[in-house]
Amino acid sequence: MVSGSVFFQRESAMPQPSISKTMTTGESGLAFIFAVTAFLCLIASAKALDAPFAFHAALSAAASLAAVFFIVNRYYDRPAALPPQEINGRPNYNLGPIKFSAFMAMFWGIAGFTVGLIIASQLAWPALNFDLPWIQFGRLRPLHTSAVIFAFGGNVLIGTSFYVVQKSCRARLAGDLAPWFVVLGYNYFILIAGTGYLLGVTQSKEYAEPEWYADLWLTIVWVSYLLVFLGTILKRKEPHIFVANWFYLAFIVTIAVLHLGNNPALPVSVFGSKSYIVWGGIQDAMFQWWYGHNAVGFFLTAGFLAIMYYFIPKRAERPVYSYRLSIIHFWALIFLYIWAGPHHLHYTALPDWTQTLGMTFSIMLWMPSWGGMINGLMTLSGAWDKLRTDPVLRMLVVSVAFYGMSTFEGPMMSIKVVNSLSHYTDWTIGHVHSGALGWVGFVSFGALYCLVPWIWNRKGLYSLKLVNWHFWIATLGIVLYISAMWVSGILQGLMWRAYTSLGFLEYSFIETVEAMHPFYIIRAAGGALFLIGALIMAYNLWMTVRVGEQEVQMPVALQPAE
Amino acid sequence: MTDHQSEIDSVTGRATTGHEWDSIKELNTPLPRWWVTCFYLTIVWAIAYWVVYPAWPLISSNTTGLFGYSSRADVAVELANLEKIRGDKMAALGTASLADIEKDPALLALARAKGKTVFGDNCAPCHGSGAAGAKGFPNLNDDDWLWGGTLDQIMQTIQFGARSGHVKTHEGQMLAFGKDGVLKPDEIVTVANYVRSLSGLPTRNGYDAAKGEKIFADNCVACHGDGGKGNQELGAPNLTDKIWLYGSDEAVLIETITNGRAGVMPAWEGRLDPATIKAMAVYVHSLGGGK
Repeated sequence: MVSGSVFFQRESAMPQPSISKTMTTGESGLAFIFAVTAFLCLIASAKALDAPFAFHAALSAAASLAAVFFIVNRYYDRPAALPPQEINGRPNYNLGPIKFSAFMAMFWGIAGFTVGLIIASQLAWPALNFDLPWIQFGRLRPLHTSAVIFAFGGNVLIGTSFYVVQKSCRARLAGDLAPWFVVLGYNYFILIAGTGYLLGVTQSKEYAEPEWYADLWLTIVWVSYLLVFLGTILKRKEPHIFVANWFYLAFIVTIAVLHLGNNPALPVSVFGSKSYIVWGGIQDAMFQWWYGHNAVGFFLTAGFLAIMYYFIPKRAERPVYSYRLSIIHFWALIFLYIWAGPHHLHYTALPDWTQTLGMTFSIMLWMPSWGGMINGLMTLSGAWDKLRTDPVLRMLVVSVAFYGMSTFEGPMMSIKVVNSLSHYTDWTIGHVHSGALGWVGFVSFGALYCLVPWIWNRKGLYSLKLVNWHFWIATLGIVLYISAMWVSGILQGLMWRAYTSLGFLEYSFIETVEAMHPFYIIRAAGGALFLIGALIMAYNLWMTVRVGEQEVQMPVALQPAE
Repeated sequence: MTDHQSEIDSVTGRATTGHEWDSIKELNTPLPRWWVTCFYLTIVWAIAYWVVYPAWPLISSNTTGLFGYSSRADVAVELANLEKIRGDKMAALGTASLADIEKDPALLALARAKGKTVFGDNCAPCHGSGAAGAKGFPNLNDDDWLWGGTLDQIMQTIQFGARSGHVKTHEGQMLAFGKDGVLKPDEIVTVANYVRSLSGLPTRNGYDAAKGEKIFADNCVACHGDGGKGNQELGAPNLTDKIWLYGSDEAVLIETITNGRAGVMPAWEGRLDPATIKAMAVYVHSLGGGK
């Protein structure tokens, strides 16, 4: 890692009475498992049937060896006793894995936005694929979506969840090696997935492109994540479980279910990358969009609502608007979301009754979604003036506004007559990006702007002025992006369905593509602005960590700088 | 365990729940009434929708709804409407000869309309959506035809293509005079300049016109004809009309003469039905250059 020391500053442990130092079962067991894995991966690499699999197996052998080295090295570096749960009666929070996640979130965010800009430009100017297979739109598109959703979003979710669960439970993160296993293992999954796409490895399921071996690895990592999170909740020192933790838990559990449901595949060979999904035909399509829609519902919504529920009240220094609303909209949201997937398959071979259910549940989902928006926005009552002075809070609040807009637009687009116009057009892309850039992007940026000074023990951000610049540049980018896609999407849909008076299609497909060109340029410009904003952010956070003024060191565990 | 007491928030006047996590409290605000109302309305609407549309799975079937809706039936109705708009002339298009179509204005308009749509989906990728062509792909708007510009000739070209592999396809190709050693490099330069001179383009200094004419007569006339006027039987372009398929630069001509040319157009017979091919021929013929 670029700056290992940044992540591995150890909390000063109390002087311990000298006890004999031994490896924990976790340390020795995990080191042994990784050693065996390294050996097996080496064999798999030698017997591989295709080059990408050989590469991934070799990479995994190297990574497993690195893990063994990391575990053993860490054992020799650490004091005989493991870090205490509490110091002077206050929780001894585990911040290392959170720092790593925050760093990786920023790294993958910039990578993902950059790839997005490249493919947006390729759509406007196809020559930009340079006839190179590795950078064709078909390979870069999943790289973009996975990098922003799973790499950027995932690291934000894991990092913030590890922070929020500790602070709101007043308990140190469960496990010693486990939190590191989760954050490192998750990012290794991203690496395998991403390099796989570039090499042409994909199971061709949208948002579930990684092949069987990456899926297996993610399953192990995700179960560990669930255990760390649950373990921390179980040893909480607060009588109640904070609302953010309900949402985080719903996100973790449901993503596990979705991942298992959508990815049961039979590899052609255990030494090859190709596999086939056990579901076939319309069942596969239904499973895919049950998964796809709930990846939006539970990864991009529930998880980020958890962020909203902690960071907005914290930053605004106001109580959550309504406890009752949080309960009702939480249960309504998770009950209704899971049914809404079929609206992605309107007017297909999916039976009519399934389409009806998908559409009606999407409509009923409208208010539960807005419950979250109301709770986010109304938490500001009594603190609206802070929007003028605190660009971080402004970012968080605008994200909630975008959330409200997208969760109105979504149910509307699920109505069949609207969908008959919008489906397969750029309107969908615009809708997704108002949610992705406006909601998920901004709430993540806001959370990272809060989190970085807290976990690195800084008095505040390096520059609020730069946050302000980031806010306005990115907002302008989003507006350009989504309005271009609305116009082009509706134009596209109308052109596709236009008939001449003699009963023939008015426009050929190529003419509709030609009509999109100006909007594709505007979209790429919007994406470029969003990327510039993120680069400003990365610089600001880097400077915060590097030169930011130290918060006065508490005698005990770290406290948030406010 | 800390036991927090409910307190009154000074800004809103609301009571808190008494819970507190990391200094975050919660107000005990009731659900906004408009929110609850809207939520109930969406539920009522959904239930009503289930009653009238196919909605819930049963053991081996599903509820069909009071409206008797079916998306397949919907598509059938829409397609039938479309057929009605197109009218009974559609059947005539299938049986009419090209000459008949030309004589009947209503049939001609229908064929052109259908042809335009089909052209956009099948021909535009090479010939451009406006049929203006590109390097190696002929412009179909002008009156310069490689294989003939009458309705029948255009239809034949569409049916069987050029060098497509179909047994009835147009054959004949520009030979690779340089690669096959028929002409030496300096002869190719000379004859390239001669070809340029045929359409009045400038020639390079020191070019020997007499020698060029001789080489042309010995090698090119067989296909391109006396004076380079071309031969549509062989698909040999007219070299005097200032319309160039690959370009008129000396370098391009040298490349053409050295390596030959054999552009391919696919055969559409079998891929498109006869009525569609007819409509396409009529449309291409109408673009401006039809003979």
